[in-house]
Amino acid sequence: MAQIWDRFQAAILGLLGVATVVVTWDLYKAFGPAEGVLVGDTRVLPRTTERAMPHSWDMLQRLGEPVSALPDAPDAVRAVWDASMFSLGLAARGWVIGVVIGLLLALAMSGFRIVESALLPWVILSQTVPLIAIAPLVRRWGSELQIGGHVWSSEDSVAVIAAYLAFFPVAVGALRGLKSPDKTHLELMRAYGIGWWRTLVTLRLPSSVPYLLPALRLAAASAVIGAVVAEVSIGLKGGLGRMVIDYAVAASGDPAKPWAPIFGAIGIGLVAAGAVGLLGLALRPFRLTGVSR
Amino acid sequence: MSMTLKLGTKLGAVAAVLAVVATGCSDDDGGGSKSEVDVKTSEDCATRTEEARDAGDLKEVKLQLQWVSQAQFAGYYAGVAQCYYVDEGLDVKIVEGGVDIVPQDVLASGDVDYAISWVPKVLGSIEQGAGITDVAQIFERSATTQISFKGKDIGAPADLKGANVGSWGFGNEWELFAGMQSAGVQLEDINLVQQAFDMNAFLAGDIDAAQAMTYNEYAQVLESVNPDTGELYTPDDLNVINWNDVGTAMLQDAIWATTDKLSDPDYEAQTVAFIKASIKGWAFVRDNPEDAAEIVAASGSELGQSHQLWMTNEINKLIWPSTNGVGIIDQAAWDQTVDIALNTKNETGATIITEAPPESAFTNEYVEQALAELEDEGVDTLGADYQPIEVTLEEGGK
Repeated sequence: MAQIWDRFQAAILGLLGVATVVVTWDLYKAFGPAEGVLVGDTRVLPRTTERAMPHSWDMLQRLGEPVSALPDAPDAVRAVWDASMFSLGLAARGWVIGVVIGLLLALAMSGFRIVESALLPWVILSQTVPLIAIAPLVRRWGSELQIGGHVWSSEDSVAVIAAYLAFFPVAVGALRGLKSPDKTHLELMRAYGIGWWRTLVTLRLPSSVPYLLPALRLAAASAVIGAVVAEVSIGLKGGLGRMVIDYAVAASGDPAKPWAPIFGAIGIGLVAAGAVGLLGLALRPFRLTGVSR
Repeated sequence: MSMTLKLGTKLGAVAAVLAVVATGCSDDDGGGSKSEVDVKTSEDCATRTEEARDAGDLKEVKLQLQWVSQAQFAGYYAGVAQCYYVDEGLDVKIVEGGVDIVPQDVLASGDVDYAISWVPKVLGSIEQGAGITDVAQIFERSATTQISFKGKDIGAPADLKGANVGSWGFGNEWELFAGMQSAGVQLEDINLVQQAFDMNAFLAGDIDAAQAMTYNEYAQVLESVNPDTGELYTPDDLNVINWNDVGTAMLQDAIWATTDKLSDPDYEAQTVAFIKASIKGWAFVRDNPEDAAEIVAASGSELGQSHQLWMTNEINKLIWPSTNGVGIIDQAAWDQTVDIALNTKNETGATIITEAPPESAFTNEYVEQALAELEDEGVDTLGADYQPIEVTLEEGGK
């Protein structure tokens, strides 16, 4: 009973959080100065004009209108839905690749100290390379590849870039998790003469779960961002990133329109985080050792 | 034992969740790759293309655009949609650009056969070792302007002094800088403002004189409501500094080919055929701007209908009427571009190039052949009596 109440409360609080953002937006728009708030020459709060801050209801209403005057133009919400599913699919592919690579790296690093010393700096360095530098490279190298009958496409490039961002939190989180069992537990395993594999499956993996879950969630967020930004970067058609560029043209004349893909991005971010949450439910029984809840 | 079994079930559940996440959302991927534009062709042409493909009569050719699908490239879309390329034995695949895609680099690395890019942008790449050649100068005139509201009284480059001047940078600033410097306005005399892809900063008054392409940003302003009148802005509200008139225009969209491959007779013939069909496509755009805008829209451009048609019309004005025949590289215009590239300094004191480009940077050899063949076919490549159409822009370009 108490648990249901908790859930209910959480849902109410979540809705309240969203409502607060919307209300703050429209209150500021209604009462804030038209020219925004300036400190010296720096604008610290935005203008409140229609162009800079469309009403929240205008943005919602815009979603229900056709994207353009072409006879077969879909409603904006339909276009955003399609683009969101496309980007989410690429982000999911990137996430899966990133998680697999991250876990493998973590396994290798936890198993051999020398591998950890050799790899960890590179893993960290990899995240300092700006996305705009690697995106064209990935596309170019990819176009030289042909795996079996599969011809490399721009979608593959985007998924790889999403994976590039997603593997990092997993590698680091899983490494910490795999090294988290108490020394006494490890020594007990050794005393029983249990091999590496069973120690991994029965001790290391279960105790890594509390570290792994936040890492997976972070990876999901990174994969979504990576997919959208990579789409912008290489101009892949069909997803939210490309939609952001396409709709930017209307920013002055139809200011509510460019917000549509932003709502889509928020949506798929929530879905991605939610999917990892489900994964957390499946892994709940493993949250046993080491770290207190 | 039971422990392992239980674990197996749990891991199975996890794997199932993973699989759902991975596959559940990618239904919309479709079969083919989205790297290439799916140009909407007429039914007749679609069948002909299929037949020629099956018969093995077509040579696949990839064209890298400078940006995403829009009417700026309408001639190439028309070439595909009207089967002009197929008539020449070419199966042209159009590859869209993106924010970080540099067409001349893609071409130089051999991923595509031809690329569309601006001359000044490519001159820098050539100096850094890219072996590519301008084989057809499709746009004769520059579309870059500097626009300002009438009240700011900025009608000539000299008036930019002391103003907040917007520029996108990244190689889009050179005509502006050259124009200013020709009027004795130095970079220290203006406040250079980094401009975004939209015109909001201009409309809000943060930028006095904003950079605007005639076919895009200028229209964005005219699609916006003037709060004073409640109606859309009109051309009467704006002063336009046109770099063609000032004399600091630089050559823009050109077809680039790989220099090394031009010694191969097959590639040479293919280049002539490609230019020929492309010019035919541009002639179609001149004569049928509405249809051309529709082809581009149906091929995946997300621009609004009136904006797309406006762009088509403005692009036509950059090409038609043509002084020497579309695609001919005018020596004087080339020299002007090179001169500005050599002598105009940006805010860091750098120029685009430090020495004159090699002879291989452009050639009229192939475009002349293409024009001669087109003349034999009776295609008008001068458009001497070309008249632009009237386009009414809707709010937001819808």
